[in-house]
This record gives sequence, C-alpha cells and structure tokens, in this order.
Amino acid sequence: MTTRPSSRSREEILLLRPTRGLAALNLRDLWVYRELVYFLTWRDLKVRYKQTALGAAWAVIQPVIQMVIYTLLFGGVAQFSSEGVPYPIFNFAALLPWGLFAKALGDAGRSLVNNRNMITKVYFPRLVIPVSSVLGGLVDFGIAFLVFIAITVYYHFAPSAGFDFVFRPAMLILPLFILLALVTALGVSLWFSAMNVTYRDVGHILPFLTQVWFFITPIVYSSSEVAEKWRMVYALNPMTGVVEGFRWALLGTQATPGPVLLVSTIVALALLVSGLFYFRNMERSFADEI
Amino acid sequence: MNNIVIRVENLGKQYRIGTATNSYRTLRDGIVEGFSRLIHRQGKPVERKSSSNLIWALQDISFEVPRGKVLGIVGRNGAGKSTLLKILSRVTEPTLGQAEIHGRVGSLLEVGTGFHPELTGRENIYLNGAILGMKRSEIERKYAEIVDFSEVEQFIDTPVKRYSSGMYLRLAFAVAAHLEPEILVVDEVLAVGDAEFQRKCMGKMSDVAQAGRTVLFVSHNMSAILRLTEETIVLDKGRLVYSAPTPQAVDYYMAAGFTGAGERLWQPEEVPAEAAPFYPLVLRLRDHRGQVADTIRSTESFSLEIDYDLAQPITGLRVGVYLLTMRGEYVFTSFDTDDPQAFEQYGTRPAGRYRSRCEIPADLLNEGRYVLAVNASSFRIKRYFWDDHALAFSVDGAGAPGKHWPEPRLGPVRPALAWKIIEI
Repeated sequence: MTTRPSSRSREEILLLRPTRGLAALNLRDLWVYRELVYFLTWRDLKVRYKQTALGAAWAVIQPVIQMVIYTLLFGGVAQFSSEGVPYPIFNFAALLPWGLFAKALGDAGRSLVNNRNMITKVYFPRLVIPVSSVLGGLVDFGIAFLVFIAITVYYHFAPSAGFDFVFRPAMLILPLFILLALVTALGVSLWFSAMNVTYRDVGHILPFLTQVWFFITPIVYSSSEVAEKWRMVYALNPMTGVVEGFRWALLGTQATPGPVLLVSTIVALALLVSGLFYFRNMERSFADEI
Repeated sequence: MNNIVIRVENLGKQYRIGTATNSYRTLRDGIVEGFSRLIHRQGKPVERKSSSNLIWALQDISFEVPRGKVLGIVGRNGAGKSTLLKILSRVTEPTLGQAEIHGRVGSLLEVGTGFHPELTGRENIYLNGAILGMKRSEIERKYAEIVDFSEVEQFIDTPVKRYSSGMYLRLAFAVAAHLEPEILVVDEVLAVGDAEFQRKCMGKMSDVAQAGRTVLFVSHNMSAILRLTEETIVLDKGRLVYSAPTPQAVDYYMAAGFTGAGERLWQPEEVPAEAAPFYPLVLRLRDHRGQVADTIRSTESFSLEIDYDLAQPITGLRVGVYLLTMRGEYVFTSFDTDDPQAFEQYGTRPAGRYRSRCEIPADLLNEGRYVLAVNASSFRIKRYFWDDHALAFSVDGAGAPGKHWPEPRLGPVRPALAWKIIEI
C-alpha cells in the first residue's frame, strides 16, 4: 500500500444501492445544496413577472384586490364581525399568511413536474424544489406586508374609522407565526408535490382543496364565530393557529392564543415531519415515474 | 486505500413499462394496492403489476474503474448505457446490486439542464452551475473562462431564448465543462454542434482526462471512443458482454451483436415509443443475384431495402441510410426522397406498409467491413427513428482494381477509374 496525499483520504465515498424501508431524511445534503435553493428561488421570482406589463406590481395588486372583494362581500354585504377593527385590516392580517400558504399549495402540484428535465438529468436533493418554491412565497409575503403597513398608515391619517395602530410587544413574536406558516406550507407542499409525481389526480384536487381550506380558516370571519365545543377540532387546521396568531400579534383582537395554537403547532409539525418522510420515500422513483 | 474510484457490483435496474395511456398511476390504483397489501400482509411490494410490464434495463453489471482512467461505454440504442450513467450520477436508484463512488460525480448527461429561456446568458451560467453542484464562489472564479469558452460574450445579457441553437449549446457546454469533479460522466455531447465546436469539446475532454480525473464516456462515435478512451465496456440488452482495451472492444462491438446474414429485424419492443407512427420492420442487404447476403463483392452491385409500417400519414418523410466504416467514419448518406421528383410525389406518405429500396453500384466500396445506420425523419420536424448500428456487412475485394498487389488499399472507396497512360 502506498501513501497518498492526505486530501484524498478525506474524499467522500458514496454507496449507491437500493434503499429499503424508510429512507433517511439526510437533511445535511439539503444544507450542502443551500445555494441551489437560493438560485431556484431567485429564478422563480425573476421569471414570474417577465413579459408582464405591470411586473412586480402584481404582488401588490393581487392581495389588495382580494381584500377589496372580501371587504365588500363579507364586511359589507354579509356584515361579518371584525372584532372592532376595520374590516379591511382585519381581513388583510389573515390574508398575509394565507397568501404564503395558498401559493405553496398551488405550486406544490406543479413544482416537481415543472422541473422534470432537471430531475431526470442531474442529481441534487429533490427537497430543494419544494423548499425553494415555498421560500419564494416569502418575497410576496414581504411585499404584501408593506401593503399592510400602508393600510395602517392610511387609517392613522383617516381617524374617522376609529382605529389607530398601536405598537404592542406581541408583535415581536410575529416571526414565530411566520415560521409556523412556513412549516405548514412546506409540510403540505411536500405531501402534494411528491404525490403528484405518481398521481396526477393531485393537480385536479388542489384548486378545490384550496377553496375548501380557505373557508375552514378564519380569514373572512373571526374564529370566535366558531362554537366553543368545536374549537379544538377547528384548531386541527394548522392555518387556524397561524391566522389567530397573526391577528393577535398585529391587531390584538384575539385573546392570547393558547390551546388552539398548541394544537395547530403540533399538527403543523406533524405535517412537516410526515411530509419529509413521505417525500424522501417517494423520491427514489421520481426520475423513473415523473 | 486502493485506487479504484468506481466499483460496480451486480448492478441491476428494473423499469415498469406501459403504454402512454396507463403510464400514470392513478390514486385509485394506489388505494386499491394499499388495501390489498394490508390484507395480504405477506405480499411483496415489488410485484406491483403483472411482471410482463417489467423489464430489466440493466442486469448483473460489474466493473471497476481505476483513478484517472477514461472508460468508454458502447452499446446499441436501448442497451442500457444511459440507465447505467443515470445510476452512477445518482439520478435514479438501482433495483439490485450496488455501486461505490469515490469523489464528486459531474455529469454531462444533457447539457443545458435547467436553462431558463427567459433568463440571460449570465443568469443562466449561475443557475446552471448551481444545478450542476458548483458553489457560487466557484462559478464566480470561473465566470470569465466560461464566457470566453462559450464565445457568446456579446450576448451575455440577452435572454437565451433569443440565442441560436449553436450559441445556446456552446454556453451550456461551457458551464458543464468547467465543472471540476473527480469523476466526469459524458453522454453524447459531442454529437452536436459544428465541427469547430466539437473539436473544442474533445480538447476539453482530453484535458480533463490528462488532469488525472476519471471519465466515463458514452458515445456512438467509434473514432471518438478510440481517441479518448483506454478501456471500453460493451453493453447489450442490459448486460455487460465485453470488457477490454478499447481497440479490441471496438472491433468486438462493430463485428458482433448484429443479427447475421445480411438482415436486421426490429422486434416491436426494440422500437422506442417516440418512433410512432413510424415502425421499422426489417433492413436487408441483397447481392446482385437478389440473395440476402452478409458479404458482397466489391466488383458487383448490391441493393438494400428497408421495410416499415406507417400507422399514420407522415409529411416530408425521408427514410434512408448512412454507411459507416468500422471506425465510425461516414462514407455516405442517402435518402429515398433525395430525388426531388420522389420528394414531390411522396410529400405526404399515407399510412400503410412500405419498402424503400435502392441499388448501390459496383466498384464503389473498398474491401473491409461496414455498418449501415438507418434514419427515418422529416427534415427539421422530427427524427422518428434512428438505429446507428442496424447492420454490419463485409465487402470482398476479389477482382477489384489493383488486387494484384497484395496490400490493403487506403480509404473506404475503391472506384474502378479509367486510367489512360499515354506517352507525351
């Protein structure tokens, strides 16, 4: 045996063989490819508004129009309670995390299939794709958040609405709720994107599912409308906890989220972990089945 | 530690094949299977559908590659070359066996993977580099070199959708070629681009090999294989049938594995699905008496015929052959609609069964062994079918001009030229 430069003994030895049983999560691999996550997120953002006349303004227009419609419909016509806050603000505070989640849900069906040519040609941890697609939503979230601030500023100078924004320490916890929204979005995205590779049915279910999910989440109405005995069942939808958390942190309308938030967090984490395992298990056959 | 960088042991890969209509599993299938698996606990998960739908794309492959070696991999279409490369580059998992890889694998399975048409050349360099596993700092360091190699500097801030296909390809190859993995996997990238660019690519490949990195090189171009590789393995129907120093392996490959007796039949399963609606049936070689023959004489004419089915009418179809030497150099190309009149008449060829037949004149080919490749395509629309080693045959030189000197003549053609000698 000859001696070799020490650099060679450090080199990685890779064993390729059929995986049996539950695949290991191997999240370290994802970390190694973190730059790819960045580049794919950047690509999606860059490409999304190419050849549009209004460009990135769409990221502002879409949530604003949504809010206007819901305000007219549910705040105006249906007279839903908004906990003493002007309905547009009440609604927009919920639309912020919902936008993040809905985008993840919408992209989940397509993300892997859209990147088919990469998956069948090059190795990289497949998790990169749903992760970058969810993170891409964070930018829209940021833009929508600026819109939210603009709305509160408007109400500050138009005191006729009887609402002014006050700083509350609870706002500092907001990043945690954003994180919870991301966890939920990623969990759901992992499940559906992996499922869609083998079962294209997912593409047909998703729009419908998004709609149902929208109405079982307290976005256009307040969660206090839900009967007390159903609250815990209601909390099984992790987006309930997220939206309640957002309203609590931003507007202070909600009581401090307690058990509901706990249940939602547990469900969200369960979604993420199970999603990771499911994704990793399906991943082996992606290149063959996509 | 030993000096083997790739060790492949009993590697096997099974695919499920299906027709286009049932290739996607539906949720219902999944649920039904899930339940039946619950009920029959002992049921093995492998047997999902009837075994007739399963094929082995690779079976029992074992070989080793030492550090710094350039290994050639040859085989006909569908022999399993691409599957092997896909497993080694981690795109897909083997069904059986294992492969041990020492070091980073970079693949040039298809250049330009992940290129986005809306992004500029510059942006695509970064994106593509990241997809191929380069670090950002690495890309930045090599950026100038990549741009220089690609020769598209002027257009580097133009979206690549406005590039010509040549520019696109050069840029894509430039990124891939500057990846510096310990093991490089290359599949047919040299088949594209103009001659100058091909020369450049070949140069880059030998640089990589000379730098002591290991290269796996798949190609149908035997002269490229001979030039670049030291050892070659031959795959056939998913099995490794031959492994030897390259010159021997190329001879083996070119000579063997062809159905003998001047005839090549295509079994339905050998025809890729993309060929539809063109279905090749048989290619035959007949000597001047009309007998199907494996050896023809240089001094006699012979004919070749291709039988095929068209399931639907095809517009602009041309069916033809390439004649190649054993070393993979082209001798000529000819199509059945080369004659403008024939092209006019068969502007659209209706569905049905056809035979395209042609006569090859006497005193054309030198003695030796040749290969016929078949191509059916519509110019600039689609290549329906392509078999680059359809049939090999021998040419016997008996009676040919200059035969009274017992020496091999150079060149693939041996025309009988009407020399005149006059005293002046």
